[in-house]
Amino acid sequence: MTRRSWIGWQFTGPFLAVFALVFLAPIGYSAYLSVFRTRLVGGTSFVGLENYTKALSDPQFWEALTRVGLFLLIQVPIMLGLALLVALAIDSGRLYGAGFFRVAIFLPYAVPSVVATLMAGFLYGIRFGLVGSINETFGLSLPDPLGPSWILVTIGNIVTWQYVGYNMLILYSGLKVIDNALYEAAAIDGASEFRIIRAIKLPALRGPLVVAGIFSIVGSFQLFNEPQVLDSLAPNSVTTYFTPNIYAYQLSFAGQQVNYSATIALLMGVSTMIVAYLFQLRTMRGSL
Amino acid sequence: MTIIRRRALLGAALSITLLASATACSSSDDPDTGAGGGTVSEADVAAALEAGGNLKVWAWDTTITKVAADFQVKYPKVKVELVNAGTGNDQYTALLNAIQAGTGVPDVAQIEYYALPQFALNKSVAELDGYGAAGLDGKFTPGTWNAVHAGGKIYGLPIDSGPMALFYNKEVFDKHQIAVPTTWEEYAAAAEKLHKADPKAYITSDSGDAGFTTSLIWQAGGKPYTVSGTDVTVNFADAGSSKFATQWQKLIDAKLLSPVVGWTDEWYKGLGDGTIATLVTGAWMPSNLESGAKAANGKWRVAPMPQWESGAKATAENGGSSLTVPAAGANKALAYAFVKYAAVEEGAKTRVDAGAFPATTAELNATEFKNKEFPYFGGQKVNEVLAESAGQVVSGWSYLPFQVYANSIYGDTVGKAYIGQGNLTDGLKAWQDASVKYGQEQGFTVK
Repeated sequence: MTRRSWIGWQFTGPFLAVFALVFLAPIGYSAYLSVFRTRLVGGTSFVGLENYTKALSDPQFWEALTRVGLFLLIQVPIMLGLALLVALAIDSGRLYGAGFFRVAIFLPYAVPSVVATLMAGFLYGIRFGLVGSINETFGLSLPDPLGPSWILVTIGNIVTWQYVGYNMLILYSGLKVIDNALYEAAAIDGASEFRIIRAIKLPALRGPLVVAGIFSIVGSFQLFNEPQVLDSLAPNSVTTYFTPNIYAYQLSFAGQQVNYSATIALLMGVSTMIVAYLFQLRTMRGSL
Repeated sequence: MTIIRRRALLGAALSITLLASATACSSSDDPDTGAGGGTVSEADVAAALEAGGNLKVWAWDTTITKVAADFQVKYPKVKVELVNAGTGNDQYTALLNAIQAGTGVPDVAQIEYYALPQFALNKSVAELDGYGAAGLDGKFTPGTWNAVHAGGKIYGLPIDSGPMALFYNKEVFDKHQIAVPTTWEEYAAAAEKLHKADPKAYITSDSGDAGFTTSLIWQAGGKPYTVSGTDVTVNFADAGSSKFATQWQKLIDAKLLSPVVGWTDEWYKGLGDGTIATLVTGAWMPSNLESGAKAANGKWRVAPMPQWESGAKATAENGGSSLTVPAAGANKALAYAFVKYAAVEEGAKTRVDAGAFPATTAELNATEFKNKEFPYFGGQKVNEVLAESAGQVVSGWSYLPFQVYANSIYGDTVGKAYIGQGNLTDGLKAWQDASVKYGQEQGFTVK
């Protein structure tokens, strides 16, 4: 009896140790931190759930959360729609040079997001960038893509460029595992290409779409790199509470409010889990 | 948005940092972390030099390199390890984290004047009166000496200063026949004339800079911050602040300021090709111009800072830093010996020779210093103008004990005025409110 159970532990032990160390411990520690408050004057004191009630009525936190929520609702469907379109096109077998397109569309994903954002920043620069040159050449006055009213759209554009390829690959691999017999049957029945897409391909893509969707939800809520990099190019457009992650970073590193920062981080973690879970629940209903 | 894997890494890194800083939350309550003065005497400092040891110095100022080398030659038993842990804020973040974690704290750290009160307040840097620093009164310019004091105690020694002056591109001014402005009114007029003559050229670039804003308010006689222990007031409604807000708003409204962000490649390019025609900044600027805007060699000149009232002679400080001894350092007596060497002994001269602008009166008044001709500035005796400015700094200014944080939210508040959302007066009010809120949360009595 004992021996058998020990063997099990030996296999799972290394994983559990690492899991506890890098996953559970930081979460537990954040939770511990979040019930204290350290002040420049007065030191550390136990405050119970005060940080949580403060966060829930913090307009800056809500503004950040609303912003990433908006981003999620608009950018993610566009990105996944494009990815789906590209995956279906490449899979259709009618595209000349499908291999080239597959690599070319995936390639932006290999560019580190910091570099991608810097590149985009130069393209969008109204003074020195492409937008500036277009304005000058054609005598136009396009709105500043890095201005406060357009910057979220600009970030959406950058993120879409970067991740369409990644999501396309998830969907494409979903298409590749479809049993050929189904296509043969469809061909015998004389189904059109669109009919095949609707009846065979899309239902088969349900799982991969959910996976891609969950990744995108998590990614949206954790938006950090792009606004952080653009901040150096357009310092007044990106506030220190632009996204929840930037807010947590600012609180911790500029404000020395580690406890409140931990609270925000935990709240964000919980909201992300809830949204991702609801999404999964809703989309997977009736299947699996 | 990054992939999950990179996310997880970042998360882990953040968590570890949090973990590290949190461990220290408990230990920072320790009342005596060795910050107290009086326990070390000048004799101890001399003995520490005799005994030798290792010193880790965090500084980004390039002139410290030579000082560290000379110091080790003079005191062979001391080994100095010089680390550039980032400039300004980056370094403070690293330093605060090291102090909270209680490990990896350097023995000596460079800290700008505006940030020093924050480190002094929670005693993360040692009070230096007992080490003999009190005896150095009179060695430094009044402005810098005042800047290293907090609550009447000394927390660092000044190593440079930034009395402000007007740096301008003479070639551009001559080309468009613009007179060098002596008041801010004339400055605005010059800005308009220049931009009209050459739509690509701007009088200066400003996309919102907390240090510049506070310096101009300082020059105008404003005192938005008063600090007495933990009693703090923040008030941007005084006369000095509104002078700045009204005058600078005109330049913003007329789109006469280049939105190029300072210290970027475009910025240096603009300084080099004449599209950014002036800079009103600290006396540490010449060496930066020489290295960063080589294309404009021989074209720049220095003039006194434009005035708020015609005929006045008032200036302010911009930047400038001190060397401090972190309280958690292992060998504070030896660390102080290095700080003193760099600030007032041989190091001061070494640094001036390397292009630093001194904080010591001896170096400032040296004829050799004043008569030095700068080829980059067409042979002008630049230091004459700058040294004069050093003597005209308006007294009585103080920064907040949480200025580092306050400056970090400048873009959220005042910065909005630069992109056409509200005006500077509203922005300053918002900055005030946010600073008050933070101060209260941090346990200060703020009004």
